[in-house]
Amino acid sequence: MRNIITVENISKRYQIGTSHQSTGQSLREALNEFIKRPINRLRNNGYEADNEIWALKDINFAVEQGETIGIIGSNGAGKSTLLKVLSRITEPTTGRIELFGRVGSLLEVGTGFHPELTGRENIFLNGAVMGMKRSEITQKFDEIVAFSEIERFIDTPVKRYSSGMYMRLAFAVAAHLSPEVLIVDEVLAVGDASFQKKCLGKMGDVANEGRTVLFVSHNMAAIQVLCKRVVWLQQGKIAGEGETETVVKNYLGEGAVAAPERVWDDAAVISGNDRVRLRRACVRPVNGSANDNITIRTAFTFEFEYWNFEPDVHLSLSLHLYNDRGVMVFASVPVREPTWHGKAFPAGLFRSVCQVPGDLLNDGLHRALLLIVKNESEVLLRMEDALIFEVFDSVERRGNWHGKWPGTVRPDLDWTTEYLDGDLQKGPR
Amino acid sequence: MDWPVDKSTTLLERAEIPEKSLRVPQLPDEPVSVVEASGAWVTANLSDLWMYRELLYFLTWRDLKVRYKQTVLGMAWALLQPLLMTMIFTIFLGRVVQVPSDNIPYPLFVYAGLLLWTFFSGAVTATGNSLVGNAPLITKVYFPRLIIPIAAITARLVDLGIAFLILAGMMIYYRAALTMQLLMVPPLVLLMVLLALGFGLWTSAVNVKYRDVGIALPVLIQLWMFASPVVYPLSLVPQRWQLAYSLNPVAGILEGFRSALFGKAFNWPTIILAAIFTLLLLVYATYAFRNRERVFADLI
Repeated sequence: MRNIITVENISKRYQIGTSHQSTGQSLREALNEFIKRPINRLRNNGYEADNEIWALKDINFAVEQGETIGIIGSNGAGKSTLLKVLSRITEPTTGRIELFGRVGSLLEVGTGFHPELTGRENIFLNGAVMGMKRSEITQKFDEIVAFSEIERFIDTPVKRYSSGMYMRLAFAVAAHLSPEVLIVDEVLAVGDASFQKKCLGKMGDVANEGRTVLFVSHNMAAIQVLCKRVVWLQQGKIAGEGETETVVKNYLGEGAVAAPERVWDDAAVISGNDRVRLRRACVRPVNGSANDNITIRTAFTFEFEYWNFEPDVHLSLSLHLYNDRGVMVFASVPVREPTWHGKAFPAGLFRSVCQVPGDLLNDGLHRALLLIVKNESEVLLRMEDALIFEVFDSVERRGNWHGKWPGTVRPDLDWTTEYLDGDLQKGPR
Repeated sequence: MDWPVDKSTTLLERAEIPEKSLRVPQLPDEPVSVVEASGAWVTANLSDLWMYRELLYFLTWRDLKVRYKQTVLGMAWALLQPLLMTMIFTIFLGRVVQVPSDNIPYPLFVYAGLLLWTFFSGAVTATGNSLVGNAPLITKVYFPRLIIPIAAITARLVDLGIAFLILAGMMIYYRAALTMQLLMVPPLVLLMVLLALGFGLWTSAVNVKYRDVGIALPVLIQLWMFASPVVYPLSLVPQRWQLAYSLNPVAGILEGFRSALFGKAFNWPTIILAAIFTLLLLVYATYAFRNRERVFADLI
């Protein structure tokens, strides 16, 4: 099979501090900077290098036609930048990429949707944005509508859609209308289980049609199912590339330094945005501190302290726990929380505590992902690896088995055995 | 010793992915596109624009659709806007102030001016803000960025076409003579379109970085209107200032447009001057736009 994408020596440099990434710069600021720059340069002995970061550095890899390749790495490793360069949204500083097919984009599902237009109109608009011809869109139209299950609302403006309907339509459009290369960035973070399953199935189909999928996810289970090969990025460089199982194992083993307590008191460290901000997170045994060991028997608590800057919002946390193989052990939301659940949160500092019983987790490293969600729909903050902690084994419950105990969880289940009958003549012999 | 587990079991079912079929399309021999840092000199990349021509159609159509969505009168606004302006100027300038109009009925005179001017000002404003207004698209999907300002112009062209219907009606009503000079109308309108495109392209690209431009634009447009023969004739300008006045390309185009409509003698020097200015601006603006295009997604 031939390569559809070859990436050679791609690097991307960003200026930080001096240029404003998110907002336009006003003339006054530019003039200011123009005057100050020579002075700063003198002060820094002619070096301006502190203001630069290499979001990507010397990236080389190739993707075969029809391949589903995974891109993994922690936050800030350069995954999004790589996707942006690949989909020609931003230019690389150096290097060269050859594309033998059109690249669609799923950077954020539903990007090209206009709220005032109907579902039908948006399908055509979005297809055109992705570089599809009208005939190609018409051909796929019925399939898209069927996949997204919005037949009745196809002529309703999408601003009246529920978030679920919107998501389904957006994914359907992207998956059906993407040209030869489909880029999927963490779509599985949203939507219910059955929809996620459908999405994964569709991505498999896409690959079978000979289209190529670049799949970015933190969900290692999904990566392992969909991809034979992955590229692992770390601080803008390729830290590993090859067979999924090996690379994922290395990735999950990497940086596996337990962090049972984290405090973000430095405003420069990103732990939120202008709406919510994490202040502290900690996992500790019920009657202990974060320094105490948690064994498979220990009941323990998660604590999260966070600032809410927006008054009168319904906030809810969502805690996802992953084991060392990247499998989600559980997800929990405070629906039975007695005091604040369903109430409007004023601005201020909050602490939410989650109690986890003992005899639940298996041993090994666990990672907690925390979401702070507004009105049960809008994710305000997503903190990967908010906490990383080791669950230690306990000798008491092992019996005579000394190997690694398998299983995602390790509950202490009750067993009973009864002596029913002594008459062997009743047996099946 | 190993625990006897089925290693293929994960949370997601492997079985959902069907067997590979052999419907794999053939890849082209040459890359469809190459991504690399562009040099200092960039061209308009017309082949890329052509590939995305359908997007131009859809963006134009979206602009029109969204602009007149949730309005009771809808597209009728494209007629009403210049008509109401014509009424206002006819009453205040035509009747009260008695501005001369080169022996053409004032309503007809001013409508002809407003027709082109409304297009120009609308197109420049829409184009200037088009990139910033489409930031979500620009930061998420690739397509030739030139499409966005061009679509803003073509959406206004539809309005212009509708407004021309009224002009035709008025010409018949006022029994304006039809001459061969009408043949100059399309080239002059084209010149106006290109001028709006050139100016709009440049403003939209600068506006991405310096938002001041978007704020200053309406003021500038207002000023420009009074510095152009929209509601008064060029002949009203004192003779010694006429040369300087004609450096304004809009003046040359508007006067030429009226001459073509009403069968007056063309003032060729001003038209040629406007044409040269427009073409130079368009070339420079395209270059400036393409040159800044690479950083749009990082700045917007």
